[in-house]
Amino acid sequence: METPVQDNMMLLVPALSQNVALCRVTVAAFASRLDFTVPEIEELKVAVSEAVTNVVLHAYDGPGMVQVRAECSGGCIDVEVQDWGKGIADIAKAREASFTTIPGRMGLGFVFMESLTDRLEVLSQVSKGTTVRFRKCPSARSTQEPEVGEDPRSEDGAA
Amino acid sequence: MNDVQHIEDTLIVRPEGEFDVHTAPGFRQDVEHGLASTSAKKLVVSLKSVSFIDSSGLGALLGRYRRMVELGGKMAIVSVPARIRPVLELSGLFKVIPAYESEKKALEKM
Repeated sequence: METPVQDNMMLLVPALSQNVALCRVTVAAFASRLDFTVPEIEELKVAVSEAVTNVVLHAYDGPGMVQVRAECSGGCIDVEVQDWGKGIADIAKAREASFTTIPGRMGLGFVFMESLTDRLEVLSQVSKGTTVRFRKCPSARSTQEPEVGEDPRSEDGAA
Repeated sequence: MNDVQHIEDTLIVRPEGEFDVHTAPGFRQDVEHGLASTSAKKLVVSLKSVSFIDSSGLGALLGRYRRMVELGGKMAIVSVPARIRPVLELSGLFKVIPAYESEKKALEKM
């Protein structure tokens, strides 16, 4: 369904591992009102999961909060994951494939976010926190804007 | 808690549900327990009942693979559901860890 009014959501939870699922499922439920296919919703869940997992693993030495905001805009979803933790000293380095500060981890978080979304932006200040923003559009929209009255779902049969 | 079964020299582990930063430590622990309490030289991880996986889950799989190689053993993943297959492909995991369509196939081929 087309959303006539811009809609948005916000979730503010402690940066704990058990809340990663809550964040991705909430964003996925919010995104389900747009014309995403089931695989695209899965991709969105992975991207949110990576962003929130980064906060859980890296942002704080002690307790802290993670905020997830999402907005439907022009048929796409804009997601913002924010923390008020340590920040990233070298963003370019952090975004490199296989870079990780925790032994045994794959360093694929940012790579997945980049691959699975349409646009990724990372803003960070040391000791202030980090904000990761990405946009994801349904495949029918990322290539071309549908004509008025045309149902983009008729092409790929996605609900 | 992961379903763990020991057949001859093979440990079969069947994680269920969501495989992420919250559930990966339990998986690692169950595999370590299983390996320590048996003489298993082969590890088969069935992803049949996994509904979601991200880089934390993939990291846990790769970590167990490295562990098996260290121990001079083998590891395979089996029954990869269609909904999580794209993420596994994107990660390049299939280039590292052998994958089979079923537990039976893995037991035959490994």
